[in-house]
Amino acid sequence: MNLRPSTILVLVVSAILFVLSANSYGFALTLAAFFTLGIFSFLYKDNPMYKFCEAVFVGISAGYWFVSLYYQNLLAKLIDPLVADPVGSGAIPYYVVAILGIMMLMRLVPSIGWISRWPLSVIVGATAGLWFITYLQSNAMLQLQNTIMPIQEYAADGSLNWYQSIGNLTVMIGTITGVIYFFFSKEHKGAFGTSAKVGIWFLMITFGASFGYTVMSRMSLLIGRMDFLFGDWLQLIL
Amino acid sequence: MKREIPLIITALIGIVFIIQFFIPHEPFHSLSDIFSDWFSIIQACAIWLGALNLVKLSLDKIGKQGMIAVGSAVSLALLVAIFYAPGFLAGRLPLILFLLAFMLMFAGQYSRSRVKEDWFLSVSTVVSFVIIIIAGFAFSNGRQFLEPGTRFDYLYQYVYSPLSATMFAMLAFFVASASYRAFRARNKEATMLLLAAFFVMLGRVPLGDWLTSFMPEGARLSSLADWVMNFPNAAGQRAIMIGIALGVVSTSLRIILGIERSHLGGES
Repeated sequence: MNLRPSTILVLVVSAILFVLSANSYGFALTLAAFFTLGIFSFLYKDNPMYKFCEAVFVGISAGYWFVSLYYQNLLAKLIDPLVADPVGSGAIPYYVVAILGIMMLMRLVPSIGWISRWPLSVIVGATAGLWFITYLQSNAMLQLQNTIMPIQEYAADGSLNWYQSIGNLTVMIGTITGVIYFFFSKEHKGAFGTSAKVGIWFLMITFGASFGYTVMSRMSLLIGRMDFLFGDWLQLIL
Repeated sequence: MKREIPLIITALIGIVFIIQFFIPHEPFHSLSDIFSDWFSIIQACAIWLGALNLVKLSLDKIGKQGMIAVGSAVSLALLVAIFYAPGFLAGRLPLILFLLAFMLMFAGQYSRSRVKEDWFLSVSTVVSFVIIIIAGFAFSNGRQFLEPGTRFDYLYQYVYSPLSATMFAMLAFFVASASYRAFRARNKEATMLLLAAFFVMLGRVPLGDWLTSFMPEGARLSSLADWVMNFPNAAGQRAIMIGIALGVVSTSLRIILGIERSHLGGES
């Protein structure tokens, strides 16, 4: 790995800043700023400092989930019940799942990796069963139910609520034509094709709105990092 | 046996989860609770598998010589430090590090891999991983590992959080160039995409209302953005959600009935 002069300069400046950060909080902020600048350095081009920060991110993320899942899932849902009642009949399912958990880790040994299919099939079966119900209930039935709404909505004083009425009609037309667009078993021609075209317009509005939201959320994250660098760390924004 | 038993397990657990929704009584209710716990525990093991695999791959890149060199150097330094400065290195950390370094040295003896070009990055990954798990398991008050002030929380606040937030913040620059390409009004559909994004973005910031402050409240950009979000956007989202739901339901059925078997991998 060749270190360029610019990278060495940044590393030296970072080291000086670490040393200058006398108190623990200052050191912590400088550490956070170092990693922030390290990731942002990719905007110039791929460089060793970015690669180092990326490698640290991968290791720290893996470790974070390793520790979190031990305390939140393995300790709370497996070890605690087994410690509380290790020989009772209620412990049998916990011993079974402990064995399944170990079987999952067997994937690390290529010659007996196929054993991990058993615990994997538990995850796949549970996900399939759970999603079958939840998606059918909330994403299909509930959405259809909320689409069938009165086209004429009246306000409390008895007058026609134009805003809501036009909105309800829009939702109904948009949902039906959108679903028609996703129906590929029939050729999109004639009235069916026209409906599918209207469906595309609604989908385009949805994609535009979603994309707009994504742009805004990324911008707010960027503002957050800039606020950290110039406010918390450098104290230039008070 | 390698394929039949997993198929039976998948079908059995999937059917129990479906039945317990329609018959929320014994034994399905208890079975569903047990399988839910199993799901969480095996999921944790799967993520452990991923993390351990990452360490395994990283050690492979460090190579036989690297593992022995790092393991020997760290164990020797710790042994010397423990003997000559017992007060300075009192506590669990030196012992844990010593054991890890010794294990690394031992693993290196049996490794056949050679040092790869990016060994330094692999060392960084492994060291970061080891540091946070030591902080989480040995120095963070056990179950209260997420409480403010613990070593684990320190690493979360000042290493993990800035790294992940900056990774996503950097997407702002790439999303800006992507939006330049996506928001060009080349045809009717692209124009609708552009207009929807324009109204939503401008309507969600104070500038939008400031520009249309002379108009009645219901016609201002924020109200228009609300209308776009609540009605045409909701309609499109709903069509997509219904499509996804139908796809998930049919795929789930295929998995439970054993028609879809791709999750079992190859024959070996």
